[in-house]
Formats: sequence, structure tokens, C-alpha cells
Amino acid sequence: MSVAEAPDRHDASGRGSAFAGTSGGEELSIVEPLIFDRSRAERRAVRFPFASDTARSAADSQPSLPASVLRAAPARLPEVSELELLRHFNRLAHLNHAIDLGFYPLGSCTMKYNPKVNEWSARLPGLADSHPLDPEALSQGSLELMWLLAELLKEISGFPAVSLQPAAGAHGELTGMLMARAFHRAHGEAQQRTKVLVPDSAHGTNPATATMVGYQTVTIPSNERGGIDLEALRAALGPDVAALMITNPSTLGIFEDQIDQVIGAVKESGAIAYMDGANLNAILGRFRPGEAGFDVMHFNLHKTFSTPHGGGGPGAGPVGVSARLEPFLPSPMPALVEGDPATVRSNAWAGRSTPDARFALDADRPRSIGKVRSCYGNFGMFVRAYTYIRSNGDAGLRTISEDAVLAANYLRVRLRDAYDLPYDRISKHEVVFSGRRQKREHGVTTLDIAKAILDHGIHPPTIYFPLIVEEALMVEPTETESLETLDRFVKVMEGIAELAASDPAAVKRAPTTTPVGRLDEAAAARRPDLRHAFGDSDDPRVDLPPGASPAAPDGAPTT
Amino acid sequence: MSYSPHTEADRSRMLAAIGVGSVDDLFADIPAAVRAGDWAIPDPLTEQEVRAELARLAGRNRIPEVSFLGAGVYRHLVPAVVGEVIGRPEFATAYTPYQPEVSQGTLQSIYEFQSLICELTGMEVATASHYDGATATAEAALMACRLTRRHRVAVSAGVNPDYRRVLETYCSGPGVEVVIVPIDLAEGGSGATDPAAAAAALGDDVACLVAAQPNFYGQLEPMAELAEAAHGAGGLLVAVVEPTSLAILAPPGAYDADIVAAEGQPLGIPASFGGPYVGLMAARMAAVRQMPGRLVGATRDVEGRKGYVLTLQAREQHIRRERAASNICTNQALMALAATTYLTAVGPQGLREVAELSSVQARHLAAALEDAGLAHRRFGGTYFAEVTMTVADAARRLAALAERGIVAGYLPERDEPQLRDTLLLAATELTTDDDVARLVEALEATR
Amino acid sequence: MSYPADLRYSKEHEWVRVEDSRATIGITSFAAEELGDIVFVELPEIGADLSQFGTFGVVESVKAVSDLYAPISGTVVEVNEALGDAPELMNSDPFGEGWIARVELSDPSQLDALMDADAYAAETA
Repeated sequence: MSVAEAPDRHDASGRGSAFAGTSGGEELSIVEPLIFDRSRAERRAVRFPFASDTARSAADSQPSLPASVLRAAPARLPEVSELELLRHFNRLAHLNHAIDLGFYPLGSCTMKYNPKVNEWSARLPGLADSHPLDPEALSQGSLELMWLLAELLKEISGFPAVSLQPAAGAHGELTGMLMARAFHRAHGEAQQRTKVLVPDSAHGTNPATATMVGYQTVTIPSNERGGIDLEALRAALGPDVAALMITNPSTLGIFEDQIDQVIGAVKESGAIAYMDGANLNAILGRFRPGEAGFDVMHFNLHKTFSTPHGGGGPGAGPVGVSARLEPFLPSPMPALVEGDPATVRSNAWAGRSTPDARFALDADRPRSIGKVRSCYGNFGMFVRAYTYIRSNGDAGLRTISEDAVLAANYLRVRLRDAYDLPYDRISKHEVVFSGRRQKREHGVTTLDIAKAILDHGIHPPTIYFPLIVEEALMVEPTETESLETLDRFVKVMEGIAELAASDPAAVKRAPTTTPVGRLDEAAAARRPDLRHAFGDSDDPRVDLPPGASPAAPDGAPTT
Repeated sequence: MSYSPHTEADRSRMLAAIGVGSVDDLFADIPAAVRAGDWAIPDPLTEQEVRAELARLAGRNRIPEVSFLGAGVYRHLVPAVVGEVIGRPEFATAYTPYQPEVSQGTLQSIYEFQSLICELTGMEVATASHYDGATATAEAALMACRLTRRHRVAVSAGVNPDYRRVLETYCSGPGVEVVIVPIDLAEGGSGATDPAAAAAALGDDVACLVAAQPNFYGQLEPMAELAEAAHGAGGLLVAVVEPTSLAILAPPGAYDADIVAAEGQPLGIPASFGGPYVGLMAARMAAVRQMPGRLVGATRDVEGRKGYVLTLQAREQHIRRERAASNICTNQALMALAATTYLTAVGPQGLREVAELSSVQARHLAAALEDAGLAHRRFGGTYFAEVTMTVADAARRLAALAERGIVAGYLPERDEPQLRDTLLLAATELTTDDDVARLVEALEATR
Repeated sequence: MSYPADLRYSKEHEWVRVEDSRATIGITSFAAEELGDIVFVELPEIGADLSQFGTFGVVESVKAVSDLYAPISGTVVEVNEALGDAPELMNSDPFGEGWIARVELSDPSQLDALMDADAYAAETA
């Protein structure tokens, strides 16, 4: 195989060729014009009815809006027909890579297949049109769904209580750490416990969260096997430590094989044991953090339970907590206020409603940290996750983790010759290689390798993370990729390693088949252009920087 | 129902390549003491079974035939084209655009979103979006603290009570003090924030005043005077706005707001029992390095083609870690795309029609209730598309009407005991004359 | 790599050039290389008092952010405003046009705690 092999997608995106003739008259160095550039005065898509004479004359009897509060000039929104709108966004869609188009082994992000029945569920009018402030008597279905999902998440995680409110993983972290602090405050130790311990392999959100809660972050080193250094942890624990935030399996894809001792040491010191649940996809049915003794964990419904990532949101980041943190959970909580929980559960598992069950939102939580989001969370994501968990069921959830771990280990052994593998041991759902050999021997960086992968219609792994691995390539294949896809990835990665040795310049030229080539990120950051200028002469921004390359002289992009 | 593609033969091949005998060997590193016990997860369901289960739950909800409920979440027309665009798998099943060469669709759509939000609000820079209006408001207040290096936030009692609760939770993190600036809730009062009272509450160490236009009770606030009060105290004005109203009402940039936060749900996003929505945030360019969340910027590729990238990332958690502006990681890209599509579909004229129709129907509704002698406006001053009415026995009648499939609005006494026997009623372009007539008739019947 | 002989260097990769009672401060070519494309520098305020080895600003590249540590104590009398529009000067000419600030020295003897060019070259080798 060679890197010149035709990609199995992006066939329509050979640098502008797919759009030839469609953007007539526009600058040819633009792949798809901004929607503002398609705007023509008085064109429009959606129209609205006129108010009746009855409504108008009644309205006229009410106080009118004073001129002082009115807008002087209309907002310059685009004016396009519905077809032009659709073509614009469809063309933009063609410029994206996505799970539904090709392999997406982006480590730490769990880019698995997003089943379409989940979308069907979320669009059911009975759910999608349910107003969060409708009287509870009208919202029993929404409340029951939230209650059932929380029951399932409790069972999966081994925690006795779950709040669905946080809107994303980082938001779950914030919620969890606010609860940790509320716990220490309740025990009169908030003043003395000022530090949060975070392993050096952690996601940046962990230390950033600690800061948002007013804590000082102390970094704990990893040991030579890729786990947390237990001795360093024990030395750092003390009466001034509020919590340990640990990702397990770690960002190296390695299960902390001393996790029982880690939890024991943390709790013995009086601190809260926080588990970042980003990597839950590896351990379903194998390890339940609550049962193992953790105090709190956030879920990422968009990862483990396959609600679509949406180009970066919406996600959902519920938190599970131990009994000692339960009083501090965000308010309100969906609650079963009439009816027997076991009966309601078994009926629901059999697809039946429980006639005498009544659900409500319990806001009577005097020790709660308060609200972290409006309403109750990203309900649409709850619908998808509930559908997904019920579809998979007991056996399916176990298979998810088994196959995710199997796939990652398969890639580990297949690629460990072509790339360095700093921690060569059984991994969980992801494996972290290093491009240091390619960099040292051929001057080809991990960034170059990632860009070369793009030319094969595959999304590159997460790169340069975790920070403790030089030139890191973090690969998470997920359980939904076939063996053929995994084998093809192996071939592509081996081919790039070979090319890095034989023709490093070719790797550094990549990508060549994507809609645009490598972009000048330094120029973007030095002179930020963050919005359309509408041709304003007084626009505060400077034009595109001199550092950026000029448009191709003939104006024609090469394909 | 499992989505795994693997046959037993595939699994055997992979196990052999790895050199282990069974998949259990791959979990041997989990200490025996903490291996999972049994769990009570129900059996898998086929697609037809799981559909039946979800249809059962959807059927347990009752969507009202007539509703005047808003209180921060509004039922507007969601044009079919919005669902079509955000349903495209290239948008829905992509992730954060870390590799810009294969993410130009997401990146350009966010750049267009940022441009639209700047244009609507009259501000210079908008983020790629936040979780919702409440968290955007909280993050805006914390941003004001960083900009002014002050640690006290004043918030008008006219701001959505849910937003105030979230703001208090966020501020409790770094220990920022929150003070409430009261509004005049008395019968016949202004229902708005008094600039003189605000100025008195601000003191000389306040980071910002947070005020909403229109406020939670539908009333219009003297935003220019509030901006003056905030600036006079050396602080900033955080304006919380309702985006469709900006087709008619002055944009925050025009009254000198420093930071704008808003709930973008009215822009083409269904109520969906509270989410997912999209938080909007905009500010002045000078403040950009203290903004939380993702930003997309324009640049050029190696061959000079225009393209878009995530930019100013050094503000963010993955680089700055414990010194980041916020821990926020994702935005709500797909919901931002819904808002972008919506604003494009309705255009300037359509958005104006939405705002005007909503406002006309709110006035129609208030006039009809007053003419029937069923209610009267609680406050003087002007309102926009939502109105607080004094109604005898409001709580009982709200519940009674709900049983008939009519939701007569929101009960403000849930948050402000002083507002007992009032209803907060919202209208949108979907409100019909018939809806108004049915509400009048139903209230008559419960008199 | 060799470094200008007339400067003194700190372990945190800042340099200082002393002229009479004033000193010019910047980051070394080694630091600029490590950071990559510099996109922003947060300059100290005029009149700010810097203390030796204390932080006085922040420098950002596309993918990294780093504190600036004062190689020497003193009061800021001038900052390089050109870096506001062209932070890339710190990459292209770190010892010249990419300077960051000038300070009025408070304790010239602190120079003894810094390295000369050869020692710094050995440090970064």
C-alpha cells in the first residue's frame, strides 16, 4: 500500500472541484462562500402570518413600545431562499469528516456509531414538545424517563444516587467538585482542605475545574508503568487535601491496577475520591466505581451512551455519588413520589406503565449545592441514552466494553512495531503510541503523521495528549468498527511510517486531498478575525495578516 | 440489540493476534477486590420493542393544546429546514473540529453563528456557544470579575430566577459574592429595576450588574441607565437578552453593555423538556482573552484558500489547565447550527415578524383578559411579549385549566411569594386568536 | 547553539542586557523555539515592580502558554508596544526587536545570579 492510495471518502471534496461552477463569480480561493455573501435583499425562506385586525386593535389598547427602546437599524441577517440555504449548509456538510462517513479513532472521545433509533426517539413530539415548566401532571412521561435513566446509571456505576443535571463532562466535574467542597464544609474542614490532587496524565478540565471551585491543583506524577505513583500520592495526601481527581482507565488507556489502594489512601486521609468517567466505555459490567468506593463520578452520555457529538456538543454529564455526598446533589431531582420503585422499574423493563405511580421534581434539598444549569439538564440526550441502554441491555452493555477493549489491544499489538509504544501492557479501550522515533530519525512529527492520515479518509487519533507521552498518538477504535476497518487502519499507519522513512517531505506535505490544506493557526491567533465584516469601513479588525500566504496567483486551487 | 460488527471468528482472530486466550484476560488488571458484582440491567430490546417503550413514555406526557407558558423557554415555529440541516450526519456525528482540514463545515458554520450573534447583539465578538442561557450568564459574571479584578456581582431580581440560582452556584466556586438588586414588584409598580436603587446597591467594588431585557416578568428595563450605573461604579453591565426580541429592541451594543448573555432556544430549538439548548455570549473585542469557551477564526491555508480554525486556544483548559478562563470544553455546536439555520431561514424580515407577532399577541391577550374582567396587568411600564397579570386564585385555576389541556402560563409565586395570585403569560407567533379566546373562556369557567 | 555574549541569562530562558542603570529583558531564542509560533504576549504595566525570578507576564503560542519570569528586579519604565501587533517578533528576532520590557534596576548585584552565554549554551545543550 502507499499513501497515494485513493481515499475511501472525500471523493467529492477534491479541493474545490466538487464545487466548480456552483459559486460563480466568487473568489476561487474560497471553498464555500459565507452565507452572508449569498444574501440578496428581499429574498427569503420562511414567512409568518399577519396578525388579525382583532388582535391588532386589541393590542393597540395596550401600552406601546417607546421609541427609546427600539432598534435603529435591522440586523443584517442573510436574505436567501430556502433552496439556497439548504445548498449552503449541505455543501458545508460535505467539508466535514464524521463517524457516519469513516473511521474516527479520536482517543478519549469515544467516537462510536450513533444509532439512528436514538434520533427517532428524541424527535417524538410527545418528548420534543414537552415544556420543562408545564404542570407536572402533564410531564409524567418526561419525569419517568429521567427517573428510569438515573436508575440505570446507578446500576451501571454502582452509585446510590445520580443527578442528570450537568450539561457536559466538564460541567459534571464542576458539579462533583462543588459537592466535594460542600461535604468538607459540612464537616468544618472547608478552610483547611484547599488542594486537589490530579495525576500528570489528566485532562486539562480537571485542574481547570479545581480552580473554578477555588482549589489549588497539585500534580501527582505517573509511575513507569503508566499508573499513578502510589508513594507520591500517599506523600501528597494530608489534612489539606480536598480530593483526588483521577481518570480510570487513565488517559493512557491503562486501568489503575492499584485502584483499590488509591481509593483507600484517599478516603483514609479524609479526602473525596473523584473519578473522571471519560473512559467508562472500557469497563461496563467489569468495574463499578461506586461499588469500588469512589465518592463521585461524572458520566459522558455522548461518549459511553452514544448520543451524537454534534461537532462539539450538546453532551450530557450526569454525576453519580456515594451516600455521603447524596445530600449535596444539584436541585431539583426527579423523584418517584407515589408508587413502589421496584414495581415501577419492573413494569418499565417490561414496557408497561405503572398506573398509580407519580413522578415529581424534588426541590426540597436544603443541603444541595444549588442548580448548575437551567431546568433539569440536556433532556434530549437523556432520551437518546435511555434508548441506547435499553437497546443494548445487560448483554449488549457488556459486549460494548469487551469489544472496545479487544479492538484497542488488537491495534496495540498490530502497530507496536511501526510506532513506539511507551507503555506496552494490556490496555483498555484506547492505546497511546508515540511518534518520537519518526521525529527523531526522520524529522516527521506527530502532527505530520496526523495530517497524512487525513488523506486516507480517516480521522487522526488525538495527538499530543496525554502530555506525559512525547509526540503522543492516542487511538480509540471503539467497539463499532469492523475488523476490516481496523486492518485498513493498520495498513495506513504502517504505510505512513514507511513513507516517513523513505520520503519524509511527502508526509510533511499532507494533507493534499482535503477541502483545504494546513491552515495558518498562528495568523488566526495573532490577528483574530472572529466575525464577518459586512464591508464595514470602521471594522476594528485588521485584514488577513502578512504572515498568511497570498492566494494562489492564478486564483485556481489545485486538486 | 447490539451494534457490534464482530463475528465470533473476528473475535478469535483478534484474541490470537493479541496472544490471550479470552477476553477476560484483557480485564485481569482490575484488582479482584473491586471487580464488579452483578447488576440489574434489563435484557436487550429490538428496535420495535425499544420504539414501543419510548412511545409509551412519550404518550405519558400530555402536550397542551393551548399554552401561554414561556418563562424562559418559548414555543416558536421550528422551520422544517432546521431539522433537516442539523439532522445531517456530517454535522451530527462529527466532534470538536480539532483537525480543521476535515472540519470546515462545522468551523465555518460556527464562524457564521458568531457573526450572526454579533450582528443581533451589536457586539464585536461572540463565542462558539455555551450550555444554555443560565450558564452563559454565570460565565459572563465570572468573566466580569476577571476583567475588573473584583469579586462581587450584583444581579437584578428581574433576571430569570433559574439563571440567578445557577449564577449563585457558579459564584460559590471561587467565592464571588452575589447581591440581589430588587425590582419593584408591588401592584402597579414598574416591575423593573430602579437605576437609583441599583446604583446604591453597586458600591465601589462591584464587578458587574446583571440585568435582563426584557426581564423575567416581561417588563422592559431602563438598560441605558443601568449601564450608566454599572459604569459609574467602575463595573460592567452584563445584559441578558431574548434573541428574537432583538429584531425590534435596541441591541445591547447600543446601550453600552459590556457582555451579553442569552438563551438561544427561541432560535429554532424545541422545548424538549429543558434541553439541549444553546447559550449565547458576546462582548467587546478588548475583552476577548477573558472570554470562556471556544472561538473560531478565519485564516488561510498553505495555498492561500480561506479557511477556519479554533483560535485563541491558549485561554482554554486543554492548554492553560488550572489557569484557564473556564473549564468549559465542548460548546453546543449542533444547537448553534440550529440557531444559525433558523436565523438564515427567517432572515431580517422574518425575525421581525416573529417579534412583532409575539408582541401583538401578548397585548391582545392582556387586553382580552382585562376586557373580560378576568385579570389586570400587575405592573405599569411596558412589556414585550410576556406579561404578568393579577388573576384571582391563580394557582388553583392554573391546575384546573391544565386538566383541560390549557396551560395558562407560569406561576411567579413559585419564586416570589409576593407575586401570589399572578400569572406570567407568554405569546409567540404560534399564538392564535382562537388560543386567546379559549383561555378567556376557560378562565371564565373557573371563576 | 550560541547566544549573544553581551547578555546574561536565567534558567527560565529570559535574557537581560544592562546599559547603565537600565536593563532590557526578553526571552531567548531557545524559549521562542520551544514555544513555537508566538501569538500573544501579556506585557507588564509601566511602573510595575518586578522581582528577580518572579512572574511578570504571560506569553502564548498556538499550542502553549508560559509564564514570563523576571531575570532581575526593577521598575518597568518601557514596554515593547510593537509586540501587541506583531508578537511574531519574539520568534524572528528574540534578542533584538522581540525585546519585552526595560526596567530601572534596583539591585545590579543580582546579575551575579545569572548565567553568561557559554553557561546558558551548556544549560540548553
